[in-house]
Amino acid sequence: MNVTIVDYQSGNISSVINSFTEVAKGKVNLEVTSDIKKIKCSDKIVLPGQGSFKSCVDSLNQIKGLVDTLKEFATTNKKPLLGICVGLQMFADVGYEEAETKGLGWISGRVSKIDNQKGKFKLPHIGWNEIEIQKESKIFKDITNKSHMYFVHSYEFIPKDKSVISATTDYSSKIVCSVEKDNLFGTQFHPEKSDKIGLKVIDNFLKL
Amino acid sequence: MLKNRIIPCLDVKDGRVVKGINFVELKDAGDPVEQAKIYSDGGADEICFLDITASNENRETIIDIVRKTAKECFVPLTVGGGVRTIQNITDLLLAGADKVSINTAAVKNVDFVKEASKKFGSQCIVVAIDAKKVSDNKWEVFTHGGRNKTGIDAIEFAKKVEENGAGEILLTSMDKDGTKSGYDVNLLKTITNNTNIPVIASGGVGTLDHLYDGIVKGGASAVLAASIFHYGEYKIKDAKEYLNSKNVSVRL
Repeated sequence: MNVTIVDYQSGNISSVINSFTEVAKGKVNLEVTSDIKKIKCSDKIVLPGQGSFKSCVDSLNQIKGLVDTLKEFATTNKKPLLGICVGLQMFADVGYEEAETKGLGWISGRVSKIDNQKGKFKLPHIGWNEIEIQKESKIFKDITNKSHMYFVHSYEFIPKDKSVISATTDYSSKIVCSVEKDNLFGTQFHPEKSDKIGLKVIDNFLKL
Repeated sequence: MLKNRIIPCLDVKDGRVVKGINFVELKDAGDPVEQAKIYSDGGADEICFLDITASNENRETIIDIVRKTAKECFVPLTVGGGVRTIQNITDLLLAGADKVSINTAAVKNVDFVKEASKKFGSQCIVVAIDAKKVSDNKWEVFTHGGRNKTGIDAIEFAKKVEENGAGEILLTSMDKDGTKSGYDVNLLKTITNNTNIPVIASGGVGTLDHLYDGIVKGGASAVLAASIFHYGEYKIKDAKEYLNSKNVSVRL
């Protein structure tokens, strides 16, 4: 199996590479690239994302043909794709970080700043928080409810169709921290930084 | 609910851990990679390396350590000490660090914080503030490991780094550091009340109760400690179980 981590020159993806390499050892052929030909031949894609919504979308658009290739992979060919952090957020129609920015529009919804309730909640939301599983998701196989995952973000994905939500976490409100819609998977938390339990999420994705 | 973080810090000099953990199972007590792995397996919520290497020639050493550690530890890794340029940050992040902590360079030029957070995102920019008490409820920022006075007010500076995009503040009390008499709770409380980003408490931990004070009385989101873990007095697990028994939420 060929799995591609999309390297689109946005933010630090070393940790994603390290953890996927660890889990993939000897089982999966892992590529880290923005080469469109290679992406097209992949069986699965991982779309990481760090920095702002706008900077990530801008970086994707910088690489000619990348957005269309990803779209074809995810929505026409319906092959498994995992978005992490801003990688997940970009599934939305629109994001409001820095400036109003059009997202990929794969899962209808918007990305807005977490309501900090007048300073009651510190932002970014940094650290370990419990996930509350809302529906069965393939990437949560053997993951118990209320497991701790590592978060670092100030914006949240608010999907229109709530049935895509596979887990939430409690910070100011019930924040969407994981989605599953057909072949699309996304986590707001960082499985690559969430210790053994996070590696299990990665393993589940690779085993799909 | 968001958990309070326990962060063990390893001081690294010329590639070796200074004041390392004294565990029998350690093959090489000075190996930072091995020590980080022990902490991570023991339940540390993050790992922090502080590079106290004086010379520039040995900068490569910390990069190599980060690279090796990041392949074995799958919890967040923060690296500080000598971070002065965008290139320094790029090198550390590419090696596998998740966050960098900036100290002297942030005091010299707060625009550096702005530039760094814009380029890499606030989530990976920690500003380390070393503060020393000058009078009641007044603290001054020091640099160069506490040797140089700056005349800058710590509260004002904390607000300023937040405005400029810092994602977290690592706050060390120079009066308390190394004393094992507990955090400067007043300093912590003042800074956490005046900022809206997470504050990591540092400097002075001698007992598990001090960790409790930092979180509950000082309002810190995370507590950093070095020597109580290094000398094997307490394991990370002991700290977490203690805090949990006092109703402080931690990741168990």
